[in-house]
Amino acid sequence: MNKLTGAQILMQMLKEEGVDTIFGYPGGVVLDIYDELARTDLRHILVRHEQGAVHAADGYARATGKVGVCLVTSGPGATNTVTGIATAYMDSIPIIVFTGQVPTKLIGNDAFQEVDIVGITRPCTKHNYLVKDVKNLAKTIKEAFHIARSGRPGPVLIDLPKDVSISKTNFKVPDDVELRSYNPTYVPNKKQLEKVVALIKKAKKPVIFTGGGVILSKAHKELAELAKKTKIPVTGTLMGLGGFPGTDPLWLGMLGMHGTYRANMSVSECDLMLAVGVRFDDRVTGKTDEFATDAKIVQIDIDPTSIQKNIQVAIPVVGDCKITLEMLNQLINKENTDDYEQKHKKWLDKIKNWKHTTPLAYNQKNVIKPQYVIEKLYELSKGEAIITTEVGQNQMWASQYYHFNQPGRFISSGGLGTMGFGLPAAVGAQAGMPDKLVVDIAGDGSIQMNIQEMATAVQYNLPVKIIILNNGFLGMVRQWQELFYDRCYSSTKFVHTPDFVKLAEAYGAVGLRATKPKEVESVLKKGISSPGPVIMDFVVEPEECVYPMVPAGAPISKMLLV
Amino acid sequence: MTEKKHLLSILVENEPGVLSRIAGLFSGRGYNIESLCVAETADPLVSRITMVTIGDSFILEQIKKQLNKLINVIKVSDLTGLDYVGRELVLIKINAKTENRAEILRVIDIFRGQVVDVGQDHYTISITGDTEKISAILNLLKPFGIRELARTGSIALFRENKSK
Repeated sequence: MNKLTGAQILMQMLKEEGVDTIFGYPGGVVLDIYDELARTDLRHILVRHEQGAVHAADGYARATGKVGVCLVTSGPGATNTVTGIATAYMDSIPIIVFTGQVPTKLIGNDAFQEVDIVGITRPCTKHNYLVKDVKNLAKTIKEAFHIARSGRPGPVLIDLPKDVSISKTNFKVPDDVELRSYNPTYVPNKKQLEKVVALIKKAKKPVIFTGGGVILSKAHKELAELAKKTKIPVTGTLMGLGGFPGTDPLWLGMLGMHGTYRANMSVSECDLMLAVGVRFDDRVTGKTDEFATDAKIVQIDIDPTSIQKNIQVAIPVVGDCKITLEMLNQLINKENTDDYEQKHKKWLDKIKNWKHTTPLAYNQKNVIKPQYVIEKLYELSKGEAIITTEVGQNQMWASQYYHFNQPGRFISSGGLGTMGFGLPAAVGAQAGMPDKLVVDIAGDGSIQMNIQEMATAVQYNLPVKIIILNNGFLGMVRQWQELFYDRCYSSTKFVHTPDFVKLAEAYGAVGLRATKPKEVESVLKKGISSPGPVIMDFVVEPEECVYPMVPAGAPISKMLLV
Repeated sequence: MTEKKHLLSILVENEPGVLSRIAGLFSGRGYNIESLCVAETADPLVSRITMVTIGDSFILEQIKKQLNKLINVIKVSDLTGLDYVGRELVLIKINAKTENRAEILRVIDIFRGQVVDVGQDHYTISITGDTEKISAILNLLKPFGIRELARTGSIALFRENKSK
C-alpha cells in the first residue's frame, strides 16, 4: 500500500466524495494542503474574506443540491467562518468547513494564530472534529460528508493540525460509514399516515404549509401531486419558496410576518394544517397561542426535535419529506373516492376573495419603488433566474414579488438573517450553475458587508448581477423605527454611501444606475445582458415599507396593511 | 405544566468533547442540570452519564430529543417513574470535638456510614445511599458543623426482571 500525507489524503477523499469546486483562503498552517491542491484538478476559488468562502459554499450547495466545501487557515481564518457556519446551520445546509490548526503539540499553548474552533463552533455545527492522528483522517472525512448530507443536513467542521497534513500513513478509501449513534429515520410510521389520510378526508378548510425541508429532501414533485389531487391550497415559509410552484392557482404566497393576507388568513382559519419540513419559527407563527387555533396540525419532519418544539401538534410524523409524501400519495390514491374539487370549493372561493380584496400592492409614482424593480426583473428574466438576497426589506420584497416555480432558485439566509450573505452566495451559486442567470437582490446596507467578493466574481468571471435597492437607509430597521419607535431614526441613515457605479468599475465590473422609473427596464435589460459581473444601483423611494406586516408577537391574522 | 425532577441515563461515545457538547446543549437552550455523573462503562469506548434535570413534560421531551440528536449520544433513557437502583456517595468533613464524638459515631452507624479520616477535631465520613438517605443524614449532622462536603450526584441503573 502506498503511503500518503494528510494533505494528499484530503485531496483523494474530496475526489472520492465527488467534490470539484472548493472555496477558500490560504494561510500559514494550511500551506501544505494548498501546495498539494495546486497539483490536483480541483477548482479552488480564492475568495477575499473567509466569511465569503463559507457563504459561497453555502450558495453552491443550495443551488446545486451538492455538499459545499471550503478551506481556511487557523485562528482568524477559522473565526471568520463562524457567521457562515451559523447561517448554514440555521437553514440546514450541507457544507464541510476545513480549518487549519496549529501543530498538535502546540494546541493549548496559545500559539500564533491558534483558536479552539471546535469549541467555538460546537453549538452551530451539526458535528465537528479535531483530527489528531493522520490515521483517522480518511474515515473522519467520510463520516463528515455522510453526516452533512444525511438526515436533516447541516454544516460539519474538520480541524486539521499542521502536522496531520504533513505526516504519512497507508491510505485506503474507507468503507461505507456506519455510526451506531446516528441513524436518521427516513421511512415514517404507516399507522400515523393512515390517521393523516382520515383527517384529509374529513377536513373542510385544509392548508398545506411547507418549508425548507421540502427543498432539502427534493419532495417538490410529491408535494405538487398531493396538493393537486386533494385540492388543498399551499403556503410556505421563506425557506420553502420554490418547493411549490409560485404561479400555481393553489399557491397562497408566503405566510408570517410579511406573508400575504390570504396566506395568513387561511392559516388562521384552517381546520387542518399539513406542515411539511417546517420548524414553526417565530417569524412564521407570530403569537403561538393564536396560531391556527382551529386546526388539527400534522407535522412531518425528519428531525424529531423540530416536532412539538414551538407548537403542539395532533399527529407527529418523523420521516423524510419525500418518502413520507410519496407514501401519503399512495394511500390517498388507493381510496380516491372523494371529489375534493367540489368539497373544497367554498374554501378556495373564500381564499380567492381574500386575494382579490387584499392583494400585495404598491403605488408606482415619480420615484422608483423597490417592488417595481423586482417585478420588472421577474418579467425580464421570465422567472428563470437564481435569486440570492441579502437580509431585510430587499429580502422580503424579493420573496413577495419574484415567483419561484422550482426549488433551488431562491437562496436566502432565512434562519440567522445574515446581512452580507447574498453576494458571496451568488458567487457560489454561479460557480455551481455557470449557465444560469444569478442575481443578488441587495440593499445599500447589506451589500457593503461582503462587497469585497466583487473581486472574486471578476477574477473568476462569475457573471453575477447585483441589484441594489438603494434607499440610503438600513431599510427594515428604519421601518420598525417608523412604525414602533416614533420615527426616531437612530443610526439607520447612511450619511455617506459610496458611488456604487464607480465602485463596480473599480473592481473591473460594470456599474449602472437608474434614478427614474422609466430607466428601470433599460438598466435591467442592459445589466442582465452584460457578459460579466454587474452592479445595478436603483435609487428608490427612501421610506418605503414592506407590507403586510405583523408586529412582533402579534397573531398573524392581525396584519398592518398599506 | 408542573416541573418535575427527572433522572436520565445517557450512553455516549467515550470521546473528548462529548461532555462539553452536552453541557453546551443545556446552557445554550436554558435547561437545568441538577447533578451530573460521568464514567466509563464496561465497554471502554462507551461512557454513561447519569443526570438529574428539572422541567415540565414539554421541556423534558425536548431535552431527550436534543440529546438524541447529538451525534455522539448512543442512547437516552428516562428512569423517572421506572424501577431503578440509585445511589449517591458523599464525603463529609465535620467538626468532631471530644464531647460530640460518640453521638456522631452513633448517627453514622445508624446510616451505615464510615469514618475514613480522623483528626484532632474533625471526622471525614463516607456515606452511600439514595438521595433521601443522604439528605436525612446531612440534616442530622448539620448541628455539629459541616466544614466541607463533596457529593457525586446520583448514579442509577434500571432494575432487570428478576425471574428468568
